[in-house]
Order: sequence, then structure tokens, then C-alpha cells
Amino acid sequence: MSVLVDKNTRLLVQGITGSVGGFHARQCMEYGTNVVAGVTPGKGGQMFDGKVPVFDTVWEARQETGCNVSVIFVPAAGAADGILEAVDAGVELVICITEGIPVMDMMRVKAQMAGKQSRLIGPNCPGIITPGACKIGIMPGYIHKEGNVGVISRSGTLTYEAVWQLTSRGYGQSTCIGIGGDPINGMSHLDAVKLFHGDSGTDAMILIGEIGGSAEEEAAEWIKENCKKPVAAFIAGATAPPGRRMGHAGAIVSGGKGTAAGKIAALKTAGIAVAETPATMAETLITRMKGKS
Amino acid sequence: MNIHEYQAKELLQKFGVATPRGKAASTPEEAEQAARELGTNDLVVKAQIHAGGRGKGTFTNGFKGGVRLCKSPEETREVASKMLGQTLVTHQTGPAGRVVNKVLIAESAEIAREIYFAILLDRATAAPIVVASTEGGVEIETVAAKSPEKILREKIDPLAGFQAHQTRKLAKQLGFESSQLKAAAKLFDGLYRTFMACDCSMVEVNPLIVTPKGEVLALDAKFNFDDNALYRHPDLAALRDIAEEDPREVEASKHGLNYIGLDGNIACLVNGAGLAMATMDIIKFYGGSPANFLDVGGGATEEQVTEAFKILISDAKVKAILVNIFGGIMKCDVIAQGIINAVKTVNLPVPLVVRLEGTNVEAGKKLIAESGLPVITAGDLADAAQKVVAAAGGAK
Repeated sequence: MSVLVDKNTRLLVQGITGSVGGFHARQCMEYGTNVVAGVTPGKGGQMFDGKVPVFDTVWEARQETGCNVSVIFVPAAGAADGILEAVDAGVELVICITEGIPVMDMMRVKAQMAGKQSRLIGPNCPGIITPGACKIGIMPGYIHKEGNVGVISRSGTLTYEAVWQLTSRGYGQSTCIGIGGDPINGMSHLDAVKLFHGDSGTDAMILIGEIGGSAEEEAAEWIKENCKKPVAAFIAGATAPPGRRMGHAGAIVSGGKGTAAGKIAALKTAGIAVAETPATMAETLITRMKGKS
Repeated sequence: MNIHEYQAKELLQKFGVATPRGKAASTPEEAEQAARELGTNDLVVKAQIHAGGRGKGTFTNGFKGGVRLCKSPEETREVASKMLGQTLVTHQTGPAGRVVNKVLIAESAEIAREIYFAILLDRATAAPIVVASTEGGVEIETVAAKSPEKILREKIDPLAGFQAHQTRKLAKQLGFESSQLKAAAKLFDGLYRTFMACDCSMVEVNPLIVTPKGEVLALDAKFNFDDNALYRHPDLAALRDIAEEDPREVEASKHGLNYIGLDGNIACLVNGAGLAMATMDIIKFYGGSPANFLDVGGGATEEQVTEAFKILISDAKVKAILVNIFGGIMKCDVIAQGIINAVKTVNLPVPLVVRLEGTNVEAGKKLIAESGLPVITAGDLADAAQKVVAAAGGAK
């Protein structure tokens, strides 16, 4: 079992004829993901690698192929429009990998998505993977292993670190979701936690956060009240100076809000096991799982 | 990106936001000329640096105050000559201070009332929000701590925009008289239009003043721009003053590297912002102190890695370097080749610890082993952090 994506996912790649989009579309297909369509405006009618039909619009791709999930590799200036195009066509899940989208664009996207059925993951994220079934995004496939730990993270490489720690210790993952490092994004930590909470194939979770915002605190609050599955967490940025943007547009401590100390305290209050260092994320979860069983 | 006060005021004027009249000057002569053009003897000279606390700051030449009132163009010239080319130290600049290359000469406005007014992008609601208070002229954090009831918040619909009735309500809540209502509402609306048109993440006016005659003016303004949106604002990007920035950060940005200088002695080179932050954290956990944050990104080339290495090595404080790579898109052999190239061009002055994992890890390790470079290899993240802390002279 898993959440959001599996063997039945029919994937559309927006920006499939670009160098980045093309490279990762191939990687996803090699992993076994069912890529059914691509979209690049002006290149409709072409075939990608002789296998995947390319359309001018998401609307046509959806009508012709029944794609239900889209992944976006469109450059930052056009990515917000790409998200809304997929939403407009009724694609159920939209995953935006693109980084560097202006935050005002994401503000408008978020406002226009209110009340719509489509979900958004990202932007500025590694994507989502259900090991052994479906990889959508830029993560290296081979570090993953089928299993029952759900992984949620704002950071790409830090997710790989957690996944690799789990896999090296024999623990597989149900699904790993990279929600992205921007200040305004689609799915939050809390949305992902709720999905894993309701998934019979997920027995435990690792939640990776970073400084800035209050998404980790909201997830902690909900877990405290509702979730009995073991959860471990790590918050990056305890040593980051305030007022400086640490790479991710969302990773900034301003006005005394969004500190690592505040987040760690909220997580611990909710009964979540917090890893002291990024080297012990898996170990912290495993200890907690053994303690509860 | 930050801009100077004089640039902020010029920007605001374009959007119809009233500010005291003034002009920037680079020489004492220009300062005197600017003062004459203003046609008043109520003048103020303000040192232009990207740091707060100017009024209470001291120049390294002993001159006190980066904001000084003057009573004549001649005095303006005299004061400007003591500021220009000098180093101003404030509580925000650190002991090194900042060199003043420009001063703003403005008419000094009489103040009857001071107000705080800011517009920022609120992450929680994904919408712009106005934060305002009748307690202007002081740090808003202080007001928030002492009298939170005096802080007003007004959400703006991201699609519909700032409505006229909202500006009037805010004006009344902030104690403006009926006769001042239109001027206040116009100023608020102008700030919102500036905020949206310039892709700001924050516009802060502190103080916004009411003069004894009832004029409403933005006396100071601070902007934060969304760096991701600068590509569509070449006019704003041109306002960047690299003299105000850390030269290491300027050099890094030329090569598309995400670098932030810190005070420690362990340099780090990492791929991915989250892992880069986490690497700093684990160095600190084992008793070391990071010299920088450096994210080489997901698709860095050999050249970028080489440039990154040069920047790290150029920092005299650095006692050891840690390379921590979890290759996803980034291939470990590319990183390894970049390191080898860098070390060939610049002699490696300090110990180097390398931890590679992920895509093409074996090829990367092989390249480093065969290069004959004195590299300390590490198995995992904890091992790498402990080794680099030891190499830098042990835990503090």
C-alpha cells in the first residue's frame, strides 16, 4: 500500500522536450512509472523517444490519454501557468519540481486552486515516489526500498539521506513525499501526515522540516491529537543565523518566528521522537518503533 | 536583495507615496547643492548604508550619528564631509562597520505623530497582510512584546487586491482625522501597488508620520524583494549595491552558487539547501563551527565546484573543509573531478574531509583515491562531521 501514486498512475510530463524534463522522464520510465503523455506548447504531434505522445496543451493530453497525475519541469517563469493549466484540465495530482518560482505567482496559484479537486505537491521539490511502483521526480530510484515507513520532507537531498539510512538498515518506505522548500506551496506537512495516517500500508513516519513558517508545528499539533503511529522528526537549520535565507526561499527565521528550537519543542510536546542530528533520523524512528511494539 | 533609503523613496514616489523631499549626494559639494535646491533651512543628512540604527551609530573617525539635523546648506556640506568615505558602526553592522558612499539630503519634517505600517506576504494564509500600529518609530517586535493589542492586522485578498474601504478603515483605526483620511488612504494604496508591482516580500514604513499641518508622509522605508522575481525587474536589479554585500557571497552568486558567509572555521560544500543546513547543524553538534552555508545545487558542473572550492579556500579563517554530497541528479564523479581540478589550481592549505553517497559514488571515490590528494574520506554523515571537527583542531 501507499499514498497518492502507485502502479495505476498515468503520468503526464509537462516540459518533456526540455533537457531536464526529458532526462527525468526517461529516468522515471526506467524505474517503471507509466508515462502516458508529454506536453510542450508548439510541439504537439511529436513522439518522445518514440514511445510517448507529445501534446500542445494539457487539456488535449488529458482527453486523449486519461492522464491523472502531472509532473512539471517547466522553467520558473512559466511554471505557475503550467500548474494552473493542469488544474484547469482536471488533473488530480500536480507535482511541480521547478525551483525559483516568484512567490507572488504561487500566491495566485494557491488562491485559484481553492475549492478545486486537484492537489499540488511542491514547487521546488524532489517529487514523490512509491518504491517499486512509481517514481515521479528527480530522486535517485535505487536508494529506495519497498516497505512501510512514510517520509515527508521540505528538502530534497535531506530526504535522500533519511531514505538511505532507512534502506541501509533494512527498513523500506511506503511513499516518500517531497513537499518543497518554498514559503507558499501546495501540500503541507499536515496534509501528508493525514494521508499516511489513513494508509494501512504505512506503519510509521519520518517528518523532515526546516526553519521558517509554522507548518511543522501544525502537523505536530494534529499528530498529538489524532495519530498513534510512531513518528520521528528532524528540523534543519538550528545553527542558521536569523534574517538570512538559507537557500530555500522558505527557510528563513524572521521576527523571531520559525526557529528550529520552537519547532523541536512543538514536536517533542506532541510525543514525536526528534533526531538530534541528521545522521540519526532512521535510528531515532527505529528506536521509537521498537519501543511501541 | 536590499536597497538604500534614497532608492526606496524614489521608488515610492513613482507610485504616488508622499515622502519628504530630498536628494542623494556623493560629495560634500553635491550635498550643499542639494540642500540649496530644497530651499529650506530645516535639513537632515542621512548616511546611506544597508543597516539600521544609523542615528545612534558612530563613525570610526569619532563623528557621532549617521543621521544629523542641519540648519543651513553650509552646515550640510560640513556634516556630509564628515560622513562620506567614512566607516559607520551601528548595532546592526558589527564592529567592522560600513563605508558611507552616499548621503541623503532631505527636508527635515516636523513630527506630530508616528505610525508603523508594513505590508508583507503571510505564509500561513498565502496572502498579503497589512501590519500596522499607532506605536511608530520604534521596533515593531518591541510593540508586539509589550502591547500586542496595539498591532492591527488586515488581510488582503490576493486576487481582488487591497480594497478602498479597507484603506479607510485602517486609517480610522490608526487614529487619522477625517480631514487626513484621503491622504492616508492614498498613501496605503500606493504602498500596496508598490508591493505588488515590485514583487516585494515586505514593504515597511517606520515611521509613517503626520506633520503638525496634517500632511501624511513616509519618513523611512525598507524593502525586501523576492530574489526569484528579480528576472522580471531589471530596473530593480540595477539598484543592487554590491559594496554592501559580503565579497564572498558576491563572487559565489556570479557562479550561480548559493553561499552565505558565517563566522566559524569549518568550510562546507554540500548539494541541496536542506542538507547544507543539516551539515552545519551536525558540525556544531560535534563541537565545531561552520564557516559558511554553501549549496552547489542539484545540477552543478565541474567548473562550479572548482569555483566553489576557490571561494572556500580564500577564507583565511578556514581550518578544515568538509564536502558532503548525496548525489541525486548530481553525480559524485562530477563533484570528485571538480575537487581534484580545484586542488590542482590552488594548493590545498587545510585538511579536506570528503563524504560521497548516491549516484556514481564508486566512480567518485575511485577518482579521489587515484588522484593521490591527501583527502580524508568519511563513511557517513556523523563520521564526516567528527573527522572534520577533529581536523580543524577539535571541539571547542
